[in-house]
Amino acid sequence: MSMPLIEAVDVSRRFSRKLDYAEKIANLFGAGLEEKTVHAVDEVNLAVYPGEVVGLVGESGCGKSTLGRVMAGIMPASGGEVRWQGKPLISLQGAEKRNMRLSAQMIFQDPMSTLNPRKRVIDLIGEAPKVHGIAKGRQMRDYVASLAERVGLDASYLDRYPHQFSGGQRQRIGIARALAVKPKLLVCDESVAALDVSIQAQILNLFMDLKREFGLTYLFISHDLGVVKHICDRVVVMYLGRVVESATPDELFGNPKHPYTQALIRELPTVADRRRTFTPIKGEIPSPLHPPTGCHFHPRCPKAFDRCRIERPVLKENAAGHVSACHRNDLAANETTNATAEPAI
Amino acid sequence: MTPVLEVKNLSTHFMTRRGILKAVDDVSFTVGEREIVGLVGESGSGKSITGFSILGLVDPPGRVVAGQILFNGDDLLKMPPAAMRTIRGKRIAMIFQDPMMTLNPVLSVGTQMIETVQAHDSVSRAEARQRSRDALGLVGIPSPEERLDSYPHQFSGGMRQRVAIAIALLHRPDLIIADEPTTALDVTIQSQILFEIKRLAGEFGMALIWISHDLGVVAALADRIMVMYAGRVVEAGQVDGVLTEPRHPYTSGLLSAVPAAVPRGEPLRPIPGFAPSPLSRPSGCAFRDRCARATEICATEPMLEIAAGREFRCFHPHVGRAA
Repeated sequence: MSMPLIEAVDVSRRFSRKLDYAEKIANLFGAGLEEKTVHAVDEVNLAVYPGEVVGLVGESGCGKSTLGRVMAGIMPASGGEVRWQGKPLISLQGAEKRNMRLSAQMIFQDPMSTLNPRKRVIDLIGEAPKVHGIAKGRQMRDYVASLAERVGLDASYLDRYPHQFSGGQRQRIGIARALAVKPKLLVCDESVAALDVSIQAQILNLFMDLKREFGLTYLFISHDLGVVKHICDRVVVMYLGRVVESATPDELFGNPKHPYTQALIRELPTVADRRRTFTPIKGEIPSPLHPPTGCHFHPRCPKAFDRCRIERPVLKENAAGHVSACHRNDLAANETTNATAEPAI
Repeated sequence: MTPVLEVKNLSTHFMTRRGILKAVDDVSFTVGEREIVGLVGESGSGKSITGFSILGLVDPPGRVVAGQILFNGDDLLKMPPAAMRTIRGKRIAMIFQDPMMTLNPVLSVGTQMIETVQAHDSVSRAEARQRSRDALGLVGIPSPEERLDSYPHQFSGGMRQRVAIAIALLHRPDLIIADEPTTALDVTIQSQILFEIKRLAGEFGMALIWISHDLGVVAALADRIMVMYAGRVVEAGQVDGVLTEPRHPYTSGLLSAVPAAVPRGEPLRPIPGFAPSPLSRPSGCAFRDRCARATEICATEPMLEIAAGREFRCFHPHVGRAA
């Protein structure tokens, strides 16, 4: 395969709270307090190839947004490295660094909190192209108008403020702003989660049209399995900072291997199933401050056995392009004497 | 079956500076004993205000301007505030989307629950505490005795919603109104809550109004479904009927807008346009600007058609199965 557009190699992101003065003083007297560290992202490998739409799914606190931010380059990794077209992000300098920054844009969940309420649409969309010299002076209005029309906003609205738009239209402003600097990669963080079904469908169609037209690559972060299944070429499932499974949507939804993925798919109420009973998996999502030992999912897993409590499972290939991190893979492999290949996602 | 709740021609309007906002407009429905009714619609369709109106929780500038709300035969709208207080929280309870907003952050869960018990029943504190503990146990909170002394922030989102449900259950109400109670929760936690609610509603013979924008959840939970658009109920009926053979173009539009409705990777079929501003709704059918089937007659008000347990407001209803 060609070179990935962007690649996370053993990327970790930790957040720690420094000890305050009282705690430092308490430590002088031997209280033995330690910094609390959250492993938001824990040694994750993820490659996104040009033109691909990769879905990143998981529940709140699984680290999917943090991983998205690290890959978009707006948050540094605490361990491992992110490579842009093969080059580590931290090695990029000057123009190269600026180009990478422009090439990876993010679209967030709540457009109202990412659009400056005191700026008009023309300035919101036009600010970055102006700074980076993509459009100048008199061309600016035409440039912004063409972008606005491309995302389905009426060009006569350019002098309005964000509060004068509905949620769906605001999201279109956010998309136009991201497109204004001619990106290659869009990281969409729950970009359609706050929208009503009928509007959500409009925005998803827009994303797909833009992909074809501008040859975009997407990292699509969402908790909505239905959306991800529909638009992604590959789906990556995260749980508590780690990737637990990755496959094409057909494979993942048709033949999920990890018990967590299986539960997610089973418990998703859909109109088509009209399932009348619920068989929820027990337990809460554990705190990332104190993740369980071994496999993070083992306290909730109906199929857990002793090894799951001790040893961290690694990603192994179940079928071509389908990897999952579950010790039960080895049991299955022993039974069918299938050789497990090196993980590659 | 005698209905627990009968809402007749309810209209709730908000008198704003920019005009009258008809949040709920001539809405009628009944909820039978032990029935679970799903109320679906998009933001601004008036589904939450319908719930608030039933409990008398609409604040100025909003006002219920017309209609009747018969609860076990008594009109709640004619009831003096003191009498309404004996019903609210005791005979009809409500669960909201965000339990952090409904729980007092500076009081322990136990204090709030005991307060709720004693607000309606003159029982000793010890007995109230006992009942609170039982309610927590009932909704699946582990070690309820210890958890009574915890504060809301010490619970996770799913657990907090369980506490809110436990409070709603304290008086074994005849009717619970749940407003998007699982929207903020993750899939695996939502599934747990739906499981508990379904079990408890059956166990105690409660009727339930489940307000949600998620058709999948309503399909899984409800017996009957009502679809609201721009302040009106545009379609209502048994869940199976409405979801497999929608009559109203808005209902069928909603059903075909979800990603599952088209093969993977193909363009979705959104409903064109967006919902009209509640201040300036088009005359006649409010959906006609977005509707492929609309004709001139849609500029006049469509009457509610009732046929074979189905209700809809449309001049050009779909006939037969969904496209």
